[in-house]
Amino acid sequence: MKILVPVKRAIDSNVKARVKSDQTGVDLANVKMSMNPFCEIAVEEAIRLKEKGLAEEIVAVSIGPIQAQETIRTALAMGADRGILIQTDADPEPLEVAKLLKAVALAEAPRLILMGKQAIDGDNNAVGQMLSALLGWPQATFAYKLELAPDTVRVTREVDGGLQTLELDLPAVVTADLRLNEPRYASLPNIMKAKKKTIDIKTVDDYGGAGTGHLAVLKVAEPAKRVAGVRLENATELVAKLKTEAGVL
Amino acid sequence: MAVLVVADHDNLTLKDNTSKTVTAARALSPDVDVLVAGQSVAGVAAQAAKIAGVRKVLTAESEALGKQIAEALSACVAPLMAGYDALLVPATSVGKNFAPRVAAMLDVAPISEIVAVAAADTFVRPIYAGNAMETVRSSDAKKVITVRATAFKAADEGGAARIEAVDPGPGAPHTRFVSDEIVKSDRPELAGAKIVVSGGRAMGSAEEFHAVIEPLADKLGAAVGASRAAVDAGYAPNDYQIGQTGKVVAPQLYIAIGISGAIQHLAGMKDSKVIVAINKDADAPIFQVADYGLVADYKSAVPDLMAALTAAGI
Repeated sequence: MKILVPVKRAIDSNVKARVKSDQTGVDLANVKMSMNPFCEIAVEEAIRLKEKGLAEEIVAVSIGPIQAQETIRTALAMGADRGILIQTDADPEPLEVAKLLKAVALAEAPRLILMGKQAIDGDNNAVGQMLSALLGWPQATFAYKLELAPDTVRVTREVDGGLQTLELDLPAVVTADLRLNEPRYASLPNIMKAKKKTIDIKTVDDYGGAGTGHLAVLKVAEPAKRVAGVRLENATELVAKLKTEAGVL
Repeated sequence: MAVLVVADHDNLTLKDNTSKTVTAARALSPDVDVLVAGQSVAGVAAQAAKIAGVRKVLTAESEALGKQIAEALSACVAPLMAGYDALLVPATSVGKNFAPRVAAMLDVAPISEIVAVAAADTFVRPIYAGNAMETVRSSDAKKVITVRATAFKAADEGGAARIEAVDPGPGAPHTRFVSDEIVKSDRPELAGAKIVVSGGRAMGSAEEFHAVIEPLADKLGAAVGASRAAVDAGYAPNDYQIGQTGKVVAPQLYIAIGISGAIQHLAGMKDSKVIVAINKDADAPIFQVADYGLVADYKSAVPDLMAALTAAGI
């Protein structure tokens, strides 16, 4: 079985995003970039399936600038087999990303697409769902647990009230939530080995081209700040403040 | 222009998220219809018909819709969009699951988790875990939008919309429902609770979390939340998690106990009206957003708070 894992290069999760002073976006100059954490979880899950003998090949695909090769290289060092970079300096919208990934899926014919539920930059939480709809393949988002069989995948999902388990016919699209697994660190020998693995550099035109965008970002601003309040001495004072001053009890 | 809102419900009760999303929808158009997709939803539809400002309530019923399977919901909603210019869905786990599918089926760009409507084609939404607010304009003829319901006021009651059944669509032929593990609780739901009591990693164990957080929550009639650190450590179930990747809450009163206040967590609760922080670390970032702070070990502060509440007649 072949597994396709889309991975995104995004701001490192330990870096605090800062808005540019001209309000045109978030300042990414000289900021540490890494693989989006949810993508990392998807890569880890694919590798575990391969280690269990349930998958033969893991293909990592990224859409982004030439530096996104490093993101693919990270996936290869973790244990993916080969990579595809669709190189573009444009920042395609989720719908365009889903269309490009659909073209990759049709060319690669994986049985399972395993990807992060959202990227921590745009926070759209949309590409997996759109890819599933465009392909006409079933979907299970927010995966908490995954059991793969030759023709089906059983996915326990994190939902608002608790957990829901679905069984999907393959091929299918599954998006990873936080608690699916704890991604490994690549070992030095595996990092060295990953340097020999192939990354095909492609263009958007190789996969049908990118459409024109539908969205215009007018402004990116700092969120409204809360002002720190007062420190109180004890619980009695707190209850009094909540009752009289705040009026919330 | 007309707007379709998809109701948030559990086949029995209509959730507040629906009427808050109606408020967002009415910022776009006076013509707002609500779709209740599920199974045996006559009761829910009757509740939706009472929301003021709703023109019409549509019902669609099938087994797959009853389980809120994304493929079934999108297959039901997408054809209905022929009669609407915008789809607004509460950004719950169900809404996030199916709305982008509808967008893809209509070949439009979805707009996720809006917190404000700036104009009929322009919306404000948090990005980068709430560290930035993006104002985005859509050039699509039809808009597909998920709504962060806590950012909008609930619409009034007093409507009497007519109810009409529509085609439930083909269901989800390649997806089978296996089981649910829904946590049963007498406490209010996190998303709509007036008071939320949340515990963090300082609790140290699931037993301590239960022993400290839950009695206080029950005394206040509050919902229980947790930080990601507490959930990851197994002290609290995953559906308690408040934060950018968990639930977003905006109660009247939010009490954070033993929570340091990572950005991720703040993104999920900083719109609460009043925030109380109890933490023994005076430098914890939670104090920067708290209206009232108690620098104290929760082990003594929570029993003191329980006693002070009792003394105040609560």
